[in-house]
Amino acid sequence: MSTHTHQGHDHAHDGHEHEGMLEDVELSERARRVLAMEELLAEKGVIGASEVQRLIDFQGARSPVDGARVVARAWTDPDYKRRLLADPEAALLELGYPLVGSAKLAVLENTDAVHHLVVCTLCSCYPTSLLGLPPDWYKSFAYRSRAVVDPRGVMREFGLDVGDGVEVRVVDSTADLRYLVLPQRPTGTEGMSEDELIALVTRDSMVGVGVALAPVA
Amino acid sequence: MSGVHDMGGRPNDDPIDQSEHVFSDWERHTHAMVGALREKRIITTDELRRGIESIAPEEYGKLSYYERWAASLETLLVEKGLLAQDEIDARAEALRERWG
Repeated sequence: MSTHTHQGHDHAHDGHEHEGMLEDVELSERARRVLAMEELLAEKGVIGASEVQRLIDFQGARSPVDGARVVARAWTDPDYKRRLLADPEAALLELGYPLVGSAKLAVLENTDAVHHLVVCTLCSCYPTSLLGLPPDWYKSFAYRSRAVVDPRGVMREFGLDVGDGVEVRVVDSTADLRYLVLPQRPTGTEGMSEDELIALVTRDSMVGVGVALAPVA
Repeated sequence: MSGVHDMGGRPNDDPIDQSEHVFSDWERHTHAMVGALREKRIITTDELRRGIESIAPEEYGKLSYYERWAASLETLLVEKGLLAQDEIDARAEALRERWG
């Protein structure tokens, strides 16, 4: 497979210029095939460039901060937490987060007694509307293989040692049901505002390979 | 018999690479195209997965995540008659010449 840089080559911008594509990227054979499909679909009127761009923008707009807002609200408002656990879809809508697609979402609360870890052994199912696109490790063969047989070992690899007295529950996501972990509120955060709390909620704590950050003393 | 994608519990001693991913433009475009085709109900999530899960086992392990998506997308578009295989091949070749 040959790869060349685009930069410096003499080429005509004849209306096929790809908005958002870097000028000097190395274009692999696979990238060329993707762009070929995109051009052909546009020419046939199946999907337009503006539709592709709208979805790229939407992907970029979602991040773990969205999930963190939900968690911080649940920490500060016990009634909201009850609603979130009982009917996640309705509770998320309250904060302006409609679930995208047909998949349902379950929210799993971590406590002193139970710790949840989320995996998708088959592929990459993930609550993208709350956390953005999944990190590579979530999609890696190593994580997908081991999370279900050695969750404590996997979590130790992420620097999280879940005590022997805590039950570990591993949940395997599907295309129809995804999971968000509601991490425990760290101690010493009693007087903190919702915005301050949001900064403590990491992506990894909402997948279960981490816990929420301790407040800076 | 479980397919190659069915990873749960499979022996694997590799450390988990925790480095963060920097998206390539073609990966963003792949994801967005799949999203647009889903919105129009031209393809479904299950079809995309079937396309990924039917990649030959020896190939599956070699492809990156979005390479598997792109391969499945190509399979589905050809299968549905939206694009012809030789049409994609020809355009990809033209892009090679156009972009150098």
